[in-house]
Amino acid sequence: MKTISNVVCPFCGSLCDDIEVDVENGQVTKVRRGCAISIAKFTKYGEERIYKPRIDGKEASLEEAIDKAVEILANAKYPILYGWSCTSTEAINVGIEIAELIGGVMDNTASVCHGPTIIGEQDAGISTCTLGQVKHRADLIIYWGCNPAHAHPRHMARYSAASKGKFVKGRNERKVIVVDVRKTRTAKAADIFIQVEPNSDYELLTALRWAVKNGELEQPKIAGIPAEKIEEIADMLISCRFGALFFGLGLTMSAGKARNIEAAVSLVRELNNYTKFVMMPMRGHFNVTGANEVMAWITGYPFAVDFSRGYPFYNPGDTTVVDILTRGDCDAALIVASDPVSGFPTEAVRNLAKIPVITIDPHETPTTMISKVVIPTALVGIEAEGSAYRMDAVPLRLKKLVDPPPNILSDEEVLKMILKKLKERVG
Amino acid sequence: MEILIKNGYVYDPINKIDGEKMDIAVKDGKIVESVGSNAKVIDASNMLVMPGGVDIHSHIAGSKVNSGRILRPEDHYKDVEPRTTVTRSGVGYTVPSSYTIGYRYAKLGYTTVIEAASPPLKTRHTHEELNDIPLIDKTCYLVLDNNWIVLDYLSQGEIDKCAAFIAWILKALKGYAIKIVNPGGVELWGWGRNVESLDDQVPPFNITPREIVRGLCKINKILNLPHTIHLHTNNLGKPGNYRTTIETMDAVKDLADGKPNIHVTHVQFCGYGGDTWITLRSGAPEIAKYVNNHPHVTIDLGQVVFGEATTMTGDGPFQFILQSLTGNKWKNADVEAEGSAGIVPYKFKRKNFVNAIQWTIGLELALLIKDPWRVFLTTDHPNAGPFTEYPRVIAWLMSTKAREKTMERINKRAKKRSVLPSVDREYTFYEIAIITRAATAKALNLTNKGHLGVGADADIAIYNINPMEVNPSKEYKKVRKALRRAAYTIKGGEIIVKDGEIVKSFVGETFWVKPTMPEELEKEILREVAEKFKEYYTVSLENYIIGEHELARSRSITVNTSL
Ligand code: SF4
Ligand SMILES: [Zn+2]
Repeated sequence: MKTISNVVCPFCGSLCDDIEVDVENGQVTKVRRGCAISIAKFTKYGEERIYKPRIDGKEASLEEAIDKAVEILANAKYPILYGWSCTSTEAINVGIEIAELIGGVMDNTASVCHGPTIIGEQDAGISTCTLGQVKHRADLIIYWGCNPAHAHPRHMARYSAASKGKFVKGRNERKVIVVDVRKTRTAKAADIFIQVEPNSDYELLTALRWAVKNGELEQPKIAGIPAEKIEEIADMLISCRFGALFFGLGLTMSAGKARNIEAAVSLVRELNNYTKFVMMPMRGHFNVTGANEVMAWITGYPFAVDFSRGYPFYNPGDTTVVDILTRGDCDAALIVASDPVSGFPTEAVRNLAKIPVITIDPHETPTTMISKVVIPTALVGIEAEGSAYRMDAVPLRLKKLVDPPPNILSDEEVLKMILKKLKERVG
Repeated sequence: MEILIKNGYVYDPINKIDGEKMDIAVKDGKIVESVGSNAKVIDASNMLVMPGGVDIHSHIAGSKVNSGRILRPEDHYKDVEPRTTVTRSGVGYTVPSSYTIGYRYAKLGYTTVIEAASPPLKTRHTHEELNDIPLIDKTCYLVLDNNWIVLDYLSQGEIDKCAAFIAWILKALKGYAIKIVNPGGVELWGWGRNVESLDDQVPPFNITPREIVRGLCKINKILNLPHTIHLHTNNLGKPGNYRTTIETMDAVKDLADGKPNIHVTHVQFCGYGGDTWITLRSGAPEIAKYVNNHPHVTIDLGQVVFGEATTMTGDGPFQFILQSLTGNKWKNADVEAEGSAGIVPYKFKRKNFVNAIQWTIGLELALLIKDPWRVFLTTDHPNAGPFTEYPRVIAWLMSTKAREKTMERINKRAKKRSVLPSVDREYTFYEIAIITRAATAKALNLTNKGHLGVGADADIAIYNINPMEVNPSKEYKKVRKALRRAAYTIKGGEIIVKDGEIVKSFVGETFWVKPTMPEELEKEILREVAEKFKEYYTVSLENYIIGEHELARSRSITVNTSL
């Protein structure tokens, strides 16, 4: 048995890097310091695995599967390349080159989760920080439309509400406010819970900003919250030393979307005239941030990049994969480390099922079920190493802890093989 | 591969060659005495030959640059680069994509570029981007002046331990030099505050900006690093800040031993006279006078070129002021225990009084500082404009007529306040070669770069202009045009640009320093750092370190320290 420490957990955007695992006979046998999600995933990663490549549901050799994938991609007029948030930055980097070579559309899962956050940021900017800054300084924390107790279980203890920092020593030195449509587990642990009416986040954010700037509100109630309560919160925000607003899909995906983010950006910007204030999206998939980063440095844009013109073109709502699929414009798909069949709207899934789909994934999913070509790969962070970006864009190196099953390569290696063959064909 | 560059007019200031007609021979990536008869011959008759350009300060890679790209899709739409059989696609304009950065530098005849500010915690990101910048050689400076471990050691007077820590971090993160950005001020920005003078206290560290700068300057000497400390001043972007700039230079005067020991960067941004934006005037004459009398200082310009820019610095509080002044969109990004970056899009307008003054400051610095070996050409890309506009700056420096043409169109009040109309100095090609490659290579102590002597790296720029015939003072447009697109760029002995187009692409080297240190000392420091790490960072020490295999083409430079 050997023990490996400082392992980076590849199961959510918190990328906790203090995990300790025992490895015995090529298996992870024990996980220390991980949360329930982490422990379950680290010890059960062998379940639902695919061990052999498939073409049309029949077992095939890796070589045959790659040849078939190359043929499909080389013949496609307008292919989509989608997923990417659960693989290494290096693999995504190769994916971008494939998309460029074949004139396809490269998009990542941000396009169906924090896409509006990015668009809001592109319109208004953002004041943000790394998580350690919150840990050391934040004496006021807001969780808005997110539930870290459930989705990022160690976030509060390691980085935010209950963390121990240089200047702020722990939970009792911080005020915690939760804004949500329902009383979540995170809300139960808060000092103040604001139950906002569904789809009224924009109104509440705007009212808060007004109250911060001008003091009193005219209306008695906004978004279901009494004016006095909003004014009280505004006073708290102004008088903290360092405030941090974490937000999730509850804000990003509720009515208004990108406008909600702009309203939050404006509030935080206004607050910086009085004190220090930052905000941060709670990114879910462990490397969705890395997908945005590497796409931006290669193409200039963080998601939804269309190469059909020979250069990167970006127009969310048009070049986003869900929209392309809904219109039925694409004629082939390469899906990497993602399951759009489970997550996409019905119309998009129906059209996806009509075109040849190549899926590269360690696990069996509804998407592999409809795929013409399936290539199983190693789990990055367990069976392969690679880079990943935490939700605050801190880059970390995922470790290889055990060998992958026989004849199973990493996403990066498989994609490189596809790229090489495509280059020979397309030039 | 062997190449013979025949009959070019060569400008190689390090070897004191000033427009001599001569041949340059290249073999196996190096400049050699002679080559065989099978060598590829480049006929450079009537052309200008220089070493490849060396950019000492540019923002090309890492979290800040990429945040700029993400923040500004509108920057890219109209400036696109389609894929070719040789090159990857990409976009510009002020924050180009990684591949495009490499190609555009190569087209200008530049072959070495330094990323000017990498926060240590995010330096893995910097390297991942540097890996994807083709053709040029590159490295990065590490921002260390607001680093808590550095501040701890300095405030306790533990200079040697601090030096050992910095030796370790440069090696562990694969950086090249110590970057200082608004020392003390950025730490206070953690609370939304800033410092205003070199002698303000920075709680809770019980230290002043002056002490930080002096401490790091001493450490730089102990470590015998190839470059000096590279400093972005306090009070950047504020009227009257030229005084802070001179004071900062003067703060390390007594530590110098005949050689430069401080580089103050993008001095245009810290060369303001007056007390308010209304009384603003240039502080360049005062700064130039100081630099002329003090050989321990080098500077670069941060020259404004009018048009679109993206301001991005590791000076969070400065960027905050800029967003208040402009109302433009603003990104702020604090990094735990290390610093804070900010980004604000900006447009420099000729008719704007402040912008016009800023434009005069950069040129005044270049023209009033007498020794070209101590003033370097930069636009602090993309802060005062993109690096692709260097040829415009060169035209202004070589031609009073070019300057007058622009001055006719700038804000009148600004023109009246400037000494620029009375300055008739015009740079020669020799001096241009100094401020764009020879002097920068020397300041970085890159002994194989910036010159064309035997043994140097075969990084060469050839421009299609005859320096013996052209009169840059009058025909500055011709010069500008020729410098925009090199006739040939040769990198590591390979022809990468021909007639202004990329003809070959590969990955350049990432170089970094490896300071020597007694094993015992390193162990002791690591023990202390490991303790501090648990308290200060949200990542483990092990995961902070960057492996050499993470660099696409790594080249370490061993530095013998006096530790
Ligand atoms: S919080 Fe996320 S990263 Fe941390 S241990 Fe749990 S699943 Fe892993
Ligand atoms: Zn700079």
